Amino acid sequence: MEKESLKFVIVGHVDHGKSTLIGRLLFDTDSLPPDKIEEVEKASKGVGRKLEFAFLMDHLQEEREQGVTIDTTQTFFKSPKREYVIIDAPGHIEFVKNMITGASQAEAGLLIVDVNQGVAEQTKRHAYILAMLGLYQVVVILNKMDLVNFSEKRFRRVKQEVEKFLRTIDITPYFYIPISATKGDNVAGKSKNIPWHKGPTVLESLDSLKNRLPAENKPLIFPVQDVYRINGKRITVGRIEAGSIRQGQEIKILPSGQMTRVKSIEKFCEENIDRGDSGESIGITTQEPVFLDRGDVLCEPGKEPFLTDTFGANLFWMLKEDFGKKERITLRCTTQEISCRVTEIKKRINSSSLQVIEKDAGILRNLEVGEVMIKTKRPIAVKTFNDLAELGRFVLVKGNNICAGGIITTIISGRRFP
Amino acid sequence: MDHITKLENQTIFIIREAYRQFKNVAMLWSIGKDSTTALWLIRKAFYGKIPFPIMHLDTGYKFKEIYEFRGKYAKEWNLNLIVAKNKEAMNKGMSPEKGRFKCCTELKTNNLKKAIAKYGFRALYLAIRRDEHGIRAKERIFSPRDEDFEWDYKNQPPELWDQYKTKAKDEEHLRIHPLLGWTELNVWQYIKRENIPIVSLYFAKNGKRYRSIGCETCCNPVDSDADTIDKIVEELKISKVSERSGRAQDKESAYMMQKLRALGYM
Repeated sequence: MEKESLKFVIVGHVDHGKSTLIGRLLFDTDSLPPDKIEEVEKASKGVGRKLEFAFLMDHLQEEREQGVTIDTTQTFFKSPKREYVIIDAPGHIEFVKNMITGASQAEAGLLIVDVNQGVAEQTKRHAYILAMLGLYQVVVILNKMDLVNFSEKRFRRVKQEVEKFLRTIDITPYFYIPISATKGDNVAGKSKNIPWHKGPTVLESLDSLKNRLPAENKPLIFPVQDVYRINGKRITVGRIEAGSIRQGQEIKILPSGQMTRVKSIEKFCEENIDRGDSGESIGITTQEPVFLDRGDVLCEPGKEPFLTDTFGANLFWMLKEDFGKKERITLRCTTQEISCRVTEIKKRINSSSLQVIEKDAGILRNLEVGEVMIKTKRPIAVKTFNDLAELGRFVLVKGNNICAGGIITTIISGRRFP
Repeated sequence: MDHITKLENQTIFIIREAYRQFKNVAMLWSIGKDSTTALWLIRKAFYGKIPFPIMHLDTGYKFKEIYEFRGKYAKEWNLNLIVAKNKEAMNKGMSPEKGRFKCCTELKTNNLKKAIAKYGFRALYLAIRRDEHGIRAKERIFSPRDEDFEWDYKNQPPELWDQYKTKAKDEEHLRIHPLLGWTELNVWQYIKRENIPIVSLYFAKNGKRYRSIGCETCCNPVDSDADTIDKIVEELKISKVSERSGRAQDKESAYMMQKLRALGYM
């Protein structure tokens, strides 16, 4: 069987070299088809440049002409050790929601900093977003070493600056790597220009990252996606978010609290399946004819998540319009969907400087983080993000669009069923 | 869980999410390897009883093998098949000689527009993949198109933690991309594992095979001796030629694909 591939995102301030680093990685690991290089050479020539590595990822005409990444991209490459999915994220403030889209799918993050410029606005904001998304596998890349004559002193100074900030958000990077993405130093091969660096190259550092573990050793969480009627059978379908489910097992349905047993586990053209594991999209039938619908959460009696209508969360607002406290908005957590209100904005925080803009605020603005209290219309099944990410994170939907991401930090009036 | 199994489960999850929100949905089946794989997964998601139509955008220029395959499996898999043709443009003799951009726009994009208007579909499943083309790499899994079919690629909705844009204005439709995260190699590995039937054009004959198929007029085979799925998998592990190198519409000009897609092309 094929090994698991690892997904990592490259983040950092605009122009610090994210797309260039990816281009260099692909080029130096011989991962590019010749016709692709040809296409990029041609496009680079069109804007008066020789070979613009960034064009390998920046495919939109506007991106190439303006030299800026607009939207997130994913590309594939492999080292001798394993396969990777690289997620490129835009560094411009205008496109932070695209950066979050990209980063939310990653298992690790490379934070790139221009050593000539030092820590900048999006360096901090992106680092904060990584922390908020629970991405603690971080490698810091100090790029453009060629512009500072490969100076160790300069490297140490910027490293210190980055370290200081990351400490405040509890990120301890695995490595700090001095590189030049345009020249190729310490990307796929060791640099002769930086003999004082004893740590790994970018490629070596990637091989040391680990896949995110599935939540298989935790109690069962099976949010219902839909119910199908197939050949006279009512099949309840969904994806197991944590734990496992076995045929004959007793299960509890939240929020109703009803109990039943799993009669069968259903997959197309497979019979007598005795268990399903976390990450699997399956269907089940139940022994009792209980009514199940999307948004119900099936769990293990005695090991239920909290059922609550009030919890504390960190909210990242990403819509140009302000968000007003007490405004009714839709919350989605797994397949649960419910109307809610933010009853309190304890702190309004600048997501780059992390400075508190206002305490007990009435609104949240675009790209601000709020420490908030949320009250849902009816109780829903949740856990804190640290307990189980899948049930501890949610989005807010306004009109037709997702406009905020949030993670649950504290659960107030939660109750567990006896 | 190995990588292919992970992709399979994720794809089934996406397929079910989309159908839950949009009952008036269809799947675009080009009868190539990707959409046939997607169709296979759709059959799995709905236990063999697909609750919506499967639509083939027929330009009239497809390979005869494609038509044979369509007939055989539409029957075997009991598909509710819609064959959509832009008859008006076909009657006027639209062909690649009149310009590829124009031909693709008429026989594919405008064909699709007419079909959507006729059947009122709110969402479409499409088997595009990120690794096929730099423009497709920029896509979302749930990707809105406005009433003019335009893709607002500069302002795409956020997508995080498997929460998608599942609501849309009445005049919009959504493109659902359940195979977006698969690579060409993943698709073949899955075809092998599941023993999915595939059009014979993909297998080498006389030193040539097609890596990507569409209209006979605009596809070229690549040099290859891979005449079995195993050999194709091996070939792809070492090949450096890009998949769509035989597809003319990607080559016409640097941004032709972007322009086609912005207008509603797949």
